Amino acid sequence: MWEYSDKVREHFFNPRNAGPLEEANGIGDVGSIKCGDALRLMLKVNPDTEVIEEAHFQTFGCGSAIASSSALTEIIKGMTVDAALGVSNQDIADYLDGLPPEKMHCSVMGREALQAAVANYRGEVWKDDHEEGALICKCFAVDAVMIEDVVKANNLNTVEEVTFYTKAGGGCAACHEGIEEILARVKGERPGGGETSPPPVCPAAPETAKPKPSKLTSVQRIKIIEEVLESVRPMLRRDHGDVDLVEVQGKKIFVTLKGACSGCMMEAATLGGVQQKMIEALGELVQVLPASLMPVE
Amino acid sequence: MEPIYLDNNATTRVDPVVVAAMLPFFTEHFGNPSSIHAFGAQVGKALKSARAQVQSLLGAEHDSEIIFTSCGTESDSTAILSALKAQPERNTVITTAVEHPAILTLCEWLEKDGYVVKKLAVDKKGRIDLDEYKSLLNDNVALVSAMWANNETGTIFPVETMAEMAHAKGILFHTDAVQAVGKIGIDLKNTKIDMLSLSGHKLHAPKGIGVLYLRRGVRFRPLLRGGHQERGRRAGTENAAGIVALGRACELAQAHIAEENTTVKRLRDKLEAGILAQVSHAFPTGDTANRLPNTSNIAFEYIEGEAILLMLNKMGIAASSGSACTSGSLEPSHVMRAMGIPYTAAHGTTRFSLSRYNTEEEIERVIAAVPAIIAQLRKLSPYWTDNGNCGGPAAAKDSFAPAYA
Repeated sequence: MWEYSDKVREHFFNPRNAGPLEEANGIGDVGSIKCGDALRLMLKVNPDTEVIEEAHFQTFGCGSAIASSSALTEIIKGMTVDAALGVSNQDIADYLDGLPPEKMHCSVMGREALQAAVANYRGEVWKDDHEEGALICKCFAVDAVMIEDVVKANNLNTVEEVTFYTKAGGGCAACHEGIEEILARVKGERPGGGETSPPPVCPAAPETAKPKPSKLTSVQRIKIIEEVLESVRPMLRRDHGDVDLVEVQGKKIFVTLKGACSGCMMEAATLGGVQQKMIEALGELVQVLPASLMPVE
Repeated sequence: MEPIYLDNNATTRVDPVVVAAMLPFFTEHFGNPSSIHAFGAQVGKALKSARAQVQSLLGAEHDSEIIFTSCGTESDSTAILSALKAQPERNTVITTAVEHPAILTLCEWLEKDGYVVKKLAVDKKGRIDLDEYKSLLNDNVALVSAMWANNETGTIFPVETMAEMAHAKGILFHTDAVQAVGKIGIDLKNTKIDMLSLSGHKLHAPKGIGVLYLRRGVRFRPLLRGGHQERGRRAGTENAAGIVALGRACELAQAHIAEENTTVKRLRDKLEAGILAQVSHAFPTGDTANRLPNTSNIAFEYIEGEAILLMLNKMGIAASSGSACTSGSLEPSHVMRAMGIPYTAAHGTTRFSLSRYNTEEEIERVIAAVPAIIAQLRKLSPYWTDNGNCGGPAAAKDSFAPAYA
């Protein structure tokens, strides 16, 4: 059985706002019967204030799908439509004191239903662009479709690269065989992919590599370092974290990881990924280290 | 209130008699059966008698045809890999679409290595087509592997006939019988079955012990090589306590096999009829006329299985589901999909699997509990339109005719 939090169990056994809402003026139907989830979210929005006065749901789904729906309605009641659209699937999971990784898609469904219901209220049509595959990485809840998309978009060749781009495989490492299979499949589909060409030793950066001047000034180096940090920031922020540059001492770059990144079991892997990018961007071997390791003067 | 365990196809309670039989093998009888001294000899003797008990339940001709393994999965892997290794000129395995992952996942992996795997389709009741099967038997086939009884629906395959047909073409036949052993009569010496897998924990022995039956004379290549244990066919120091336990459990199973097919079967039928009489838009899956006596798998339409299980669990009732959510995958059970059960029903399939420990009173409690749970969840479901009218015997049955023969 899943390890559900008490909050999930409580919302499952006593769902709030369940059942049809007669006076709804925004209805969102999302989900797929194939993967065993479907959710209808019904909103009663005050047209003058745009405040969501009532929110009801009906869910075909598992315990956490029902609990996520219940939580969503509780969260958005009393919010304006615009404020409600800012609710993320992580907010829903947090409200429930967390969901098992296999079940995060239940909270995603809640957010999509919200977008669909708001679109319906505004007379727009919402399009589901979210496709889901089998869960590959259980540590970070990354599915096959996401890995495949990222591998294709960035022309990735190794498990390490996949880990850097998606985090998949960065935890217990049990899914590396699954990631290798996706890599092999995508490689087979690439033009000339059938040929056995060895993967590049130094993986190509997604951005075109900058011409590397033979000798960088300190100012130029720090500028490049800041650019690299800026490029990884969106990924960290997606996980409620951030990174700051503290000091550059020769070949050593000291940074602090903040928010969810600090103390995360992935701290070393995250720094490793950042280091890889630094090396590519600077064209020299550098070390990226946590500021806590900075030598005391 | 005492909890009610109706998930015996997942695993079973170890019979107290079995526990008593195995305990001395953790303490005074700790010897290695391979040793010459008295410590080893007494354990060796116990293994011999356990082997005879297993042989008797399976109706095997020789006790040397019984190879102890660690589990059903090991037995399955050993059988399939052995057949391929021993016959390098043959590259094809025939199996069915509804096998346990112990078979299917291995077969998918073999396909990546260039082997050919043919999966027999099943009809809406989970039955295979023997004509299709016959058409696939040729000189490229190294092995046929078909389960004796399906773990989800209890549907029984005609493995004795299938083994005859394979044998006539010179093809090896293996059956995964982990669900069948102890529930239906098996007499291997009068069949053409070459290999059979069984698992201790499905018949009131502990987890961690299994058997591969290997007919005398069948070409064999071990999975584990090393010491001379199990006549060199499965190296590794014997799980003496587990083997003794399995022997005793097999003896008990043989003594109770009539009870499985009378008392247990009657309780299963009562449970199924009792639920279906009260819940509309629900139907039993599988070949109900030809299935294990302990298994009932009911599809409740428009609701999801994990939610049913959580509700049941809250009332102290343990069952199982073919829904996607209980497995962590996004697809519902491959068995339900292979039978063409629509998604709206496949996600709501709930398996009740009984044992000889279940009582009449327990079954009555379950019959009383299920309709309210189904009704409660259907009220939450966007697919359910008869609000306020669901669950009761008077519920409308006209709007839906399940796509099921």
